[in-house]
Amino acid sequence: MTCVRSIIVGLVLLGVLWVAMQVNAEETMSVQVKESEIRATPSFLGKIVAKLVYGDRVTVAGKSGAWTKVSLKGGATQGWMHESSLTTKRIVLKAGQTNVKSGTSQDELALAGKGFNDQVEASFVKQNKNLDYTWVNMMETFKVTPEVMNTFLVQGEVGAPSEGGVQ
Amino acid sequence: MKRHLTITGMAAAAIMALASCSTLVETAGTLGTMVGEQKGYITSAQGDSIRKGTGAVAKSLEEFTPEQEYYIGRSVGAVVLSKYKVYANGPLNDYINILGQTLAAASDKPDIFAGYHFLVLDSNDINAFATPGGHIFVTKGLIRCCKSEDALAAVLAHEIGHVQLRHGMQSIEKARTTQALTIIATEGAKNLGSSEVAQLTDTFSGVISDITNSLVNNGYSRSFEYQADQAAVTLVRRLGYNPQGLIDMLQAMGKTLKKGGLDFARTHPAPGDRIKEIQSKQKFASIVEPSARQERFNTAVAGM
Repeated sequence: MTCVRSIIVGLVLLGVLWVAMQVNAEETMSVQVKESEIRATPSFLGKIVAKLVYGDRVTVAGKSGAWTKVSLKGGATQGWMHESSLTTKRIVLKAGQTNVKSGTSQDELALAGKGFNDQVEASFVKQNKNLDYTWVNMMETFKVTPEVMNTFLVQGEVGAPSEGGVQ
Repeated sequence: MKRHLTITGMAAAAIMALASCSTLVETAGTLGTMVGEQKGYITSAQGDSIRKGTGAVAKSLEEFTPEQEYYIGRSVGAVVLSKYKVYANGPLNDYINILGQTLAAASDKPDIFAGYHFLVLDSNDINAFATPGGHIFVTKGLIRCCKSEDALAAVLAHEIGHVQLRHGMQSIEKARTTQALTIIATEGAKNLGSSEVAQLTDTFSGVISDITNSLVNNGYSRSFEYQADQAAVTLVRRLGYNPQGLIDMLQAMGKTLKKGGLDFARTHPAPGDRIKEIQSKQKFASIVEPSARQERFNTAVAGM
């Protein structure tokens, strides 16, 4: 009986807490890809205003379709990032690093470099000596800038592109 | 500040109230299993597996981070490249990367861990492969089925579709997905010991062979191919290409494919079936290519 009462009290308090957090919270998200950009407009052709790397934290300021409006610490830099580059999890860059409060649950935390990583790849390669990663590494260096993309679309008279992420 | 303290206080109270009961709720399942064992409804081995199974629920593909998919993709790519030679033609590889990365940037999932990258394979087979890490390979044979940039855009968009819809990841056996995610989740915030590396490498090997079996030997299900075609239609149109390019390419492919060959014929639904499926939803106008676009396409594929 006491237990049922505690559950009810707990749930009511959580409900109130949730409402309070909606009003108060500054939602932060982490960059979950190697590199990503903050853009002036919510478009893949938008001007790049800042470059971020894996694990960087941003403050969420709004949403438009698949694009999230973010700001960097202090709010000096603002712009748009595609939702696919962000996660609500806090990413810890180095295994063993203790910049996260203990007690943070697995759901809130992602350790970068954990699980399948270069160490596991090296061990896999040892068992599969016929595999050659030269061209895998090489192809990963092919990188096309937004300027080149834009010129390519214009020169090919490819119609006015609509925004990425919008069905 | 005051508000912050109030919230913290409420959170603490809520947690304390719930914590007093949480162990009770949690043990109920275990207790039920134990009673089942004692009464002889289930064997103790079954009981063990139920307990383990309960602990392992909710391990879904969503829990793989983009970084994990990237490492899986690299090794799947290396396996593909152990079966096919690279067509090391700079201008052609530049061209398909500009076209492919522009399409990927406009897609529903433009940001994957290390981006999308494209490479031409020196083979007359008609085939293409996409790894979960965004490494996309297209054979010369398949490029020859494309008579326009719009057609090639559709081919690349189809492969991008496989990545976005996580078709490669879905070919990992369910048990292995659970195993992999369980190991990764229990691994602490420390450097890997040699036994952990060995264990992870075994699971990793299994994951790579599940995916390459599906990519290279068995192919995806018919419905995955139709889904990727649909994703391609949406994506090329978003950028301003004519999806009729996909139909034209499939028609050319239908004429070229040899029955029983080691290529698309074995791992994909018949081109005619794909055309029917696409056209059951929508028909497109014929392609009229601007001359600048057709010229750059012709130049890129010349000499192939």
